[in-house]
Amino acid sequence: MSVFLAVLKRDLLLALRDGAGTWTVLGFFTIAVAVFPLGVGPEPEVLRRVAPGVLWAMALLSALLSLDTLFEADYRDGSLEALLAGQLVPELLVLAKACAHWIATGLPLTLAAPALGIFLHLPTEAMPVLFASLLLGTPVLSLLGAVGAALSLGARRATVLLAVMVLPLAVPVLVFGAGAVESAQTGLAVGPSLLILGGVALCALAVCPVAAAAALRQAVE
Amino acid sequence: MAAVSTVKALQETVLRAAQPARFVTLANMLIPWISAAAVGLLGAGLIDALALSPPDYQQGETVRIMYIHVPSAWMGLFVYALVATLGGVGLVAGHPLAFAAARAAAPLGAAFTAVCLVTGSLWGKPMWGAWWVWDARLTSMLLLLFLYFGQIALSRAFDEHRRGDKAAAVLALVGCINLPVVKFSVDWWNTLHQPASVMKLGGPAIDASMLWPLLLMAGAFKLAFFALWLVRTRTEVVEARLRAAANRARSEAMR
Amino acid sequence: MPNMPAMPFATPLPDQPFPLILRDVACARGEARIFAGLDITVEAGGLWLVRGANGTGKTTLLRMLAGLLKPESGAVLWADGQAPRVAPERAVLIGHQDALKPALSVAENLSFWARFAGVTDNPWPSRSDPFGVWALADVPLRVLSAGQKRRVGLTRLAFSRAPLWLLDEPTTALDAAGQRTVWELIALHRRRGGAAVVTTHAKGTVDGAQELILGEER
Repeated sequence: MSVFLAVLKRDLLLALRDGAGTWTVLGFFTIAVAVFPLGVGPEPEVLRRVAPGVLWAMALLSALLSLDTLFEADYRDGSLEALLAGQLVPELLVLAKACAHWIATGLPLTLAAPALGIFLHLPTEAMPVLFASLLLGTPVLSLLGAVGAALSLGARRATVLLAVMVLPLAVPVLVFGAGAVESAQTGLAVGPSLLILGGVALCALAVCPVAAAAALRQAVE
Repeated sequence: MAAVSTVKALQETVLRAAQPARFVTLANMLIPWISAAAVGLLGAGLIDALALSPPDYQQGETVRIMYIHVPSAWMGLFVYALVATLGGVGLVAGHPLAFAAARAAAPLGAAFTAVCLVTGSLWGKPMWGAWWVWDARLTSMLLLLFLYFGQIALSRAFDEHRRGDKAAAVLALVGCINLPVVKFSVDWWNTLHQPASVMKLGGPAIDASMLWPLLLMAGAFKLAFFALWLVRTRTEVVEARLRAAANRARSEAMR
Repeated sequence: MPNMPAMPFATPLPDQPFPLILRDVACARGEARIFAGLDITVEAGGLWLVRGANGTGKTTLLRMLAGLLKPESGAVLWADGQAPRVAPERAVLIGHQDALKPALSVAENLSFWARFAGVTDNPWPSRSDPFGVWALADVPLRVLSAGQKRRVGLTRLAFSRAPLWLLDEPTTALDAAGQRTVWELIALHRRRGGAAVVTTHAKGTVDGAQELILGEER
């Protein structure tokens, strides 16, 4: 446990030192969302209709943007071999790093999303649902992303490859996340979407660390 | 006891056939026969589908697209499951032939999925009045095609072939677990977004006069896949041998 | 350069797993065979110096002993019949890269690796500082020279619990004093019952060391 926390703390410290990571992701999220009204026009009615989808799709892309460095730096400087040689099982190592990634990117995205919802005239009553759906969904993105990042270590054009692999896998998160917000907007029950999203998160928690750990072992072989 | 020895004998046969050199011999032997059977079945299926079977009372002649569309969809799904299985076998048993077979199969599966999407689009124009409709089944197939893209790109993204094979195997397994979730989410999404007026394909029970050509075509597609798959796997095996020889020659030259 | 303390190690060695025996080992990278028919035994207190031209598999051998990759054929076994697997109880591998983060200070880097190795009471104790990097404790790693980074990286050996050290050209970029410290540290480690396999291009031998030359037909 203390080793798990040591890895988590180190990655958070690195994210904090680097700083740019979190801010770049937030900046991309803000700009990408702000570009939409410029494309589809300023009518509040139109913006309100597309708001859940746009916010969720852009959160997905923003989270993806920062994933390529998840294991890459450790892979390049030899840390990954040393980390895998430690007493922490690789699955927990993946979990620690995915946690750190989520705290450094997923959580800020979740916190920023309601503010950007205002840009898109998202009604106030849908804001808590947007927040809750991102709170459940962004960890899944970090976990799926960890699998993609581990698989594409050392690959040619790893960043694009990562997006091509992870985006189709992330479709359920997008559907239920945006679906929950849309239900809230149209006065339907949000419970089912959020529950399924929670279920997806639990599945990802069970499967992704195992797959990513297998990929990491292959990468240092 | 008899069952045990049968299983053992079967196991030995499979293992012996899985040796690359034997595999090439076996493939050379099988390919002409399977190809001929595929062509024969395809001929019979096409005649039945295009000429003998009746037009649909609702959809008219366009229903004949189904005889290509539906078997392609089946093959797209079948091949994805096959690639994941082969990947799993490769990871567990570390057998190079499993990886070669997976590498050979994936683009074929992607091609079947693409054929399914294109024919679906061609069918959609007369039926729905649009080239593309976000129908739940078409959308699922589109996502399957994307999964194939990731799979194929990953398996070819490394200088070291083995690493690409292993990584792609892990991705295929993850994708296989995810596929039902994707399917479910797309159905959910579709009911959330689509008005109920969208016409459902397939309709009620299918008549025997349409079922027969469909089954013939499905058989033909499967045989064609096996023939192409054997050819491509054989190529992969031979390529791996060439690479090994080239590597050997390089390291000899350095000494 | 401080004098080498009598016992520069933060933790004692847990157990005595030697010998590590390699019998008729062959190894392949990708689809090319690198070496074959390798027979060596690593005893407690032993030191193997691995030499050979570039591309003959020195690093591959170390990675195999660390359990990062499996031999293509032949057996690599510890005395208790276990195959090497990546585990800190048996072997520590220090490769070409130093596994250090440029954004963190020397102390932050080392206390992370100390905590990761299970040294909980006192992260990076200054008493286990054979390479004298304590003086640079608060300096971010990014401003250090290659030799200084190497010293920081090698300091990880001081709190490793692994009986077997796998060092890939550890003296690269080090000055004469640093190189001397590496060999002294290895000698101390051997004296407490540890062993080391070290790849090197340096000429000269070490007391009681055995030599393995890769890439020559045997």
